[in-house]
Amino acid sequence: MSGVIEGATGPWEMVIGLEVHAQVTSKSKLFSGAATAFGAEPNTQVSLVDAAMPGMLPVINKVCVEQAVRTGLGLKAQINLHSVFDRKNYFYPDLPQGYQISQFLQPVVGAGTLVLDMEDGASREIGITRLHLEQDAGKSVHDMHPDHTYVDLNRSGVALMEIVSEPDLRSPEEAGAYIRKMRSILRYLGTCDGNMEEGSMRADVNVSVRRPGDDYGTRCEIKNVNSIRFVEQAIEVEAQRQVDILEDGGAIHQETRLFDSRKMETRAMRSKEEAHDYRYFPDPDLLPLEFEQAWVDEIAASLPELPDDRKRRFVDELGLSPYDAGVLVAEKEVADYFETVATGRDAKVAANWVTGDLFGALNKADLEIVTSPVTAADLGALIDLIADDTISGRIAKEVFDDMFKTGRAPGDIVEEKGLRQVTDSGAIEAIVDAVLQANQDKVAEYRGGKDKLLGFFVGQVMKQSQGKANPKIVNDLLKKKLGSPGD
Amino acid sequence: MSAPLTSFTLAEARDKLAAREVSAQELTDAHIEAIASAGALNAFVVDTADRARADAARSDERLGKGDGGMLEGIPVAIKDLFCTEDIASTAGSRILAGFRPPYEATVTANLWREGAVMLGKTNMDEFAMGSSNETSYYGPVCNPWRATGDNRDLVPGGSSGGSAAAVAGELCLGATGTDTGGSIRQPAAFTGIVGLKPTYGRCSRWGTVAFASSLDQAGPMTRTVQDSAIMLGAMAGHDQKDSTSVDVAVPDYEAALERSVKGLRIGIPTEYRIDGTPQEIADLWDQGIAWLKEAGAEIVEVSLPHTKYALPAYYIVAPAEASSNLARYDGVRYGFREDRDDLTEMYEATRAVGFGSEVKRRVLIGTYVLSAGYYDAYYLRAQKVRTLIADDFKKAWDSVDALLTPTTPGAAFGIGEKSDDPVAMYLNDILTVPANMAGLPAISVPAGLSAQGLPLGLQVVGRAFDEETVLQLGRALERAAAFDHRPTPWWRDQA
Repeated sequence: MSGVIEGATGPWEMVIGLEVHAQVTSKSKLFSGAATAFGAEPNTQVSLVDAAMPGMLPVINKVCVEQAVRTGLGLKAQINLHSVFDRKNYFYPDLPQGYQISQFLQPVVGAGTLVLDMEDGASREIGITRLHLEQDAGKSVHDMHPDHTYVDLNRSGVALMEIVSEPDLRSPEEAGAYIRKMRSILRYLGTCDGNMEEGSMRADVNVSVRRPGDDYGTRCEIKNVNSIRFVEQAIEVEAQRQVDILEDGGAIHQETRLFDSRKMETRAMRSKEEAHDYRYFPDPDLLPLEFEQAWVDEIAASLPELPDDRKRRFVDELGLSPYDAGVLVAEKEVADYFETVATGRDAKVAANWVTGDLFGALNKADLEIVTSPVTAADLGALIDLIADDTISGRIAKEVFDDMFKTGRAPGDIVEEKGLRQVTDSGAIEAIVDAVLQANQDKVAEYRGGKDKLLGFFVGQVMKQSQGKANPKIVNDLLKKKLGSPGD
Repeated sequence: MSAPLTSFTLAEARDKLAAREVSAQELTDAHIEAIASAGALNAFVVDTADRARADAARSDERLGKGDGGMLEGIPVAIKDLFCTEDIASTAGSRILAGFRPPYEATVTANLWREGAVMLGKTNMDEFAMGSSNETSYYGPVCNPWRATGDNRDLVPGGSSGGSAAAVAGELCLGATGTDTGGSIRQPAAFTGIVGLKPTYGRCSRWGTVAFASSLDQAGPMTRTVQDSAIMLGAMAGHDQKDSTSVDVAVPDYEAALERSVKGLRIGIPTEYRIDGTPQEIADLWDQGIAWLKEAGAEIVEVSLPHTKYALPAYYIVAPAEASSNLARYDGVRYGFREDRDDLTEMYEATRAVGFGSEVKRRVLIGTYVLSAGYYDAYYLRAQKVRTLIADDFKKAWDSVDALLTPTTPGAAFGIGEKSDDPVAMYLNDILTVPANMAGLPAISVPAGLSAQGLPLGLQVVGRAFDEETVLQLGRALERAAAFDHRPTPWWRDQA
């Protein structure tokens, strides 16, 4: 995948903008007191408002507004102290009111930015156009009856943030990175759980192609793509479709399309004649949404450290490479884990353990950081055992494997298995002498200039000591006794 | 036998109930009987006599213990736009056939909390769209009044026509109405009763079927100004379930009634002298001015320059909101459904059959004015006009305390007379609509009879949340007019 398609007539550049729909983390819905928990029995989380019974009225849920403001602040965006809820009118059975309450002309959050961390360690700023609050619709269930459709209104009225990007993305990978970064920020903020498989994050993808340097081409919008992989694939096939049309001398018609991941194609959703006229107008049941700057400041003061700031700190203060820092901050839980391990210890060593052994083991066991059998405190203790020469780095790997299997503390494992490192030079010297004695021929070769044999002697000593001899002392003793090679 | 129990004013009944001179059950039975003999008026769409008797029995208990509410034992009727728990609530429309809400509107819940007795649900124009009560799926309501020497049926006005007829015909002591463009005041004027539209936000809209959300406001319809004051006191109040409800303390409206109007400055808006206004309406207005002058008020000519745009702007804003508010009646979850194999066809058939022609006309107008390419020219423009109208009133309040105008451009007309001419029908609201557009409180008080012997009303418009001054002036007009005409109960012969 790349952002440039080499057509028969020359290169084409992809231009991509994303509309991310993120379900607001809140106990109740945007305009009703009904619960929002995922996975409940159909139609058990539906208030009279959500079912659009006659005479019912929406009342704004302050928590949802706070979450939107918090998200806006996390995206370094303009917060609008005055915004307006509009009705977007259309008929659909899972839209009981016959309109969706959304924000059209005056959203609660205006322009902001999101920083993309590229593979090569560079970063790129992507413009955020706006963020607005809107109601989710219910769900039509078509597979329960051969010729009836069932409607589940549990989602009806759940708060969504629609976060719209500028058309600043240039490749499927960038679009994927954008969504991952957005999800990371939302999770840090606690404003959306980012679970795409539960539908709490979805994306509409706007794709167009152009000759590098030209003005934007006509775009098509691919609706409701629900995984990062599908977003990347959808962009790939849609851009190719557009290039094929343009190279055949055709024109792109602005339209809404669906991505079919099985056939790997996009298809037009509805024809132009059926295009919706949503007849947006301010919802007369709701007053304009107004709040004070002081409230925004309060929320700003309560924001957690966000991934970009945390990454900068990891690089500047802990001396990590931008790559390692980027990997560690992407998930808040990982970064928290790492910080616990690193506190009071060598941060680079901690980073190596977390991104190396721990990630490897988690990956193999299909576990997440929050379900890791090795706690951050225990991993830190393991590093301490190396640092104070209680065990060697090699023994530490063995101890770690045991910790991962059993969840026991490293100190206990070391004691029980008698893995404590031997630092008594007398004891080590005896082993060294025995090894040299048993390998006279190799000693001669070494002294004859074959200095690579040092490793052999070290290995033999370590083997004899069952790995417990302090490697530095072993090295020093061997060098002293063998003298310089070629002497 | 003295006067029948049904001819009491609400205040009289309240006092007699409190003094145990009459029981709530007697009072209620008298009204149930009156309703039973008034089928010809078609004022009610739902009769809740059993519920009324049960309510009355409970009220008698409370009254016996001396802990009755403000309206304890008072039989009232409810416009069928209010959702009432487990009782059919139709909004005058076929599309809500069979709908029994599992909840109670805030306004009616407030009435029951204060001990009112529910007689039934009154007929109305479908979804409150109409000025004659002829658009109801349940047939037109007849005005209890008839022109002198003429037996033709007249309209009671609309959309709260059933409530107006029920109050005027002494079928209840008071009724709820709703007023979006004049739907309380115009039928009050046509039936010789008092109708009060409170400030927008004074009464909760929660549980009231929405017509035009930014204009709809519930209010009382009664035979006297005092009765309206009492009833409003029970209906009003802030409601957290309605975001447009305003948290302003509800004063003792009854206490404001007998305040002298001396020194109050009353504005006479020049622009309400509309070409073609019948002489008897102009004369009635002059009479009203004279009455208030005599009572010590100061009369001031004021200008509300954007008045002439109020009606056209109203007929953009109200249908626009209605077109969206009525989208929920789709046959999917409740009410009437016209089954079809295909979803879109089901929607279309349900709405085609379930809605009447006036509702469809307004949904179409509303859809049109909100459509891409027309929104700016119609809806946005109308909203700007609305701001200008509100500004006109604000300026007027610099020099006057209230405004006096006629309520309607004429008296009640015959059933069928204007039903083919929507514009002629819409013109009925020309004097009432501006108060809705500005969200202001306004009252209609019966002030005299037309040459044909039909009631005519005068309207007082006041500052936002100053219902007290509006009631005070209404009471002064009522006292001066001494309107004691009552319709001849011709409908009883037809029972």
